[in-house]
Amino acid sequence: MAATTLPGAREDSPLVALLKDAGIAAAIAFLLALPLMGFQTLDSGTTVDLQYRFHWVAIATVGVFFGRIVFTLLYRRAGAARSKAPGIVGQGMARVGEGLGRFLVPAFILFALILPFLPFADRREIDLATYVLIYVMLGWGLNIVVGLAGLLDLGYVAFYAIGAYSYALLAKTFGFSFWLCLPLAGILAAFLGILLGFPVLRLRGDYLAIVTLGFGEIIRVILVNWQPVTGGPNGISGVPRPTFFGLPFTNDPAEGETAFHEFFNLDFASLHRFVFLYYVILALVLVTNAVTLRLRKMPIGRAWEALREDEIACRSLGINPTNTKLTAFAIGAMFGGFAGSFFATRQGFISPESFTFIESAVILAIVVLGGMGSQAGVVVATLFLVLLPELAREFAQFRMLIFGAAMVLIMVWRPQGLLAHRAPTVSLGPGSGGSR
Amino acid sequence: MNRAAEGTLLQVEHLSMRFGGLLAVDDVSFEARTGEITGVIGPNGAGKTTVFNCLTGFYKPTHGRLSLHRDGEVYLLEQMEGHKIAQDARVARTFQNIRLFPRMSVLENLMVAQHNRLMVASGYTFLGLFGAPSYLRAEREALDLCRYWLDRIGLTEFADDQAGSLPYGGQRRLEIARAMCTQPVLLCLDEPAAGLNPRESGELSELLVAIRDGAGSDGQKIGVLLIEHDMSVVMRISDHVVVLDYGRKISDGSAEEVRGDPNVIRAYLGEEEDEELPPEVVADLTQHGGETRP
Repeated sequence: MAATTLPGAREDSPLVALLKDAGIAAAIAFLLALPLMGFQTLDSGTTVDLQYRFHWVAIATVGVFFGRIVFTLLYRRAGAARSKAPGIVGQGMARVGEGLGRFLVPAFILFALILPFLPFADRREIDLATYVLIYVMLGWGLNIVVGLAGLLDLGYVAFYAIGAYSYALLAKTFGFSFWLCLPLAGILAAFLGILLGFPVLRLRGDYLAIVTLGFGEIIRVILVNWQPVTGGPNGISGVPRPTFFGLPFTNDPAEGETAFHEFFNLDFASLHRFVFLYYVILALVLVTNAVTLRLRKMPIGRAWEALREDEIACRSLGINPTNTKLTAFAIGAMFGGFAGSFFATRQGFISPESFTFIESAVILAIVVLGGMGSQAGVVVATLFLVLLPELAREFAQFRMLIFGAAMVLIMVWRPQGLLAHRAPTVSLGPGSGGSR
Repeated sequence: MNRAAEGTLLQVEHLSMRFGGLLAVDDVSFEARTGEITGVIGPNGAGKTTVFNCLTGFYKPTHGRLSLHRDGEVYLLEQMEGHKIAQDARVARTFQNIRLFPRMSVLENLMVAQHNRLMVASGYTFLGLFGAPSYLRAEREALDLCRYWLDRIGLTEFADDQAGSLPYGGQRRLEIARAMCTQPVLLCLDEPAAGLNPRESGELSELLVAIRDGAGSDGQKIGVLLIEHDMSVVMRISDHVVVLDYGRKISDGSAEEVRGDPNVIRAYLGEEEDEELPPEVVADLTQHGGETRP
């Protein structure tokens, strides 16, 4: 806006143009802030009173005025740097990312492994880490579908829900243990993925996105309405907690059972269960990552990526597009199912509330923000999208504002995702070479 | 189908393809033989690419039979699904507008072409996931085939680069190599010399002749079907040329025969002008005392 001048208008000096631009931005901010921030309704029992907060409007206007000046100056400098060396900056960043990755990934895994024993880690931190890891797992699952196979899936949360409900129902009805339910839930989710995939996968791009969006909603609506089985909007409570190979984490074990702390001669601490859950999800996450990385180097993984690049060329090379898409869908759904059943056992209570569209959107945002197809990108994006809002809870209503601003900044600076570098799955090594 | 003579690879019989009111291909029949390059030429819009799309399963022909003879078996291409044509009948193709996997590496492009063989070797992923020796061996062999073709098309040093970053000529050659990595018996090339400079199209001609004569790693001669506008390429390397115009076949024979065929000359250069003018126009011209034409 700063650079555009009307034809015929007198050329302003840069300072005047800058001030003018900032003035316009401040005026817009004033107009927006007046109705949005200037008035507050107060509920005083029977009537609703209005409270005026014009000082807020003033703060917002002044803030936007100076913010715009700073932003314009920064943007100009960045623009100058970019036009000087196009591409090289991005390449350099990718190379730096690659070098850092080699060093950071083991450090990250080590940190995750010893996290519960670090001095600052108490119940809240461990629980938060568990929560973040669930999203990492979901992100990696969806990354197979969206990032590798290029199928835009807006209803991924459906498979998460199926995993959670199948664990809850199987465990409550038949008394199956967590370790038996986990694969069953995964298989069930994969099966539903295939069932959905058959009619749907001949669609492409936006059309596929719409149908999967619908599928996500269908599953949620079924969960709400199928009262006798799913408990409807009340959900299912009292989902069995995980046991440590048969040893429950409880202070007063049932007759004939030995609790975890008794078996290991420890004092009872509710922390034990949280640490155990943390390690379970950490193991699941690491397995997911290992399997995905391995699949990527298999013929099927390369076919997924080829399908994302050009479906017609794939067909001309004898790759069956339907089967290839179905496997991506099923495997992605399976990991979603695993994450879902873990979620159920962690919460102990599930309801359709937890599986709304916004969850799908967050998971998709994680994949896209991380850089499509990038495993490390998913982790970074999860830290950003899940951890940051949690940590920013103290800022109350400004939380989402910070979140939104940060998201806009990232999309301006790295529209291709945080870590968009893609390493080839195979290279001609010296000698015989191979995929490792 | 036993009518097919010895060496016949592809038999196109009475092929027609209709798009609504447009008859893009009208009752075209021809043959392609193993160990020969069959050129398909014709002016723009003659229906050449449509014939290719019917052959490779992208269109279902309105009429006609497309039979491919391989190892004593007959595959009816018009009844097969697109990916099966490449997988079972072993017909590979390239595209007029290059269709590589641009963000994958050059080597990966060639590996994807060997998908079906590697899928079987990896026990449909299950065995491969655990690093079964049979899969590792198959992967090594696949890499050897890639290495052979990379060497052949002179792209070995770019093996790990993104395919989309190759220069245009390199992309053309890579697409041909990728098609060859499916180990086809019939290779269909849609304008492979488009956009190449004379030196590059000269190299391309040599590559195509070598492919015809068994440059694939298994040394088998294969058939090549070639759509091309660059006459220097077509006339030099085609053993047999089919000419299409407005969806019909107007000539069929050796390069020499086709070059002298008046039908072909008319299709490309138009009719001579004297014959074009209707008699009343000529009469009109003389009547109005304009300069009479010589």
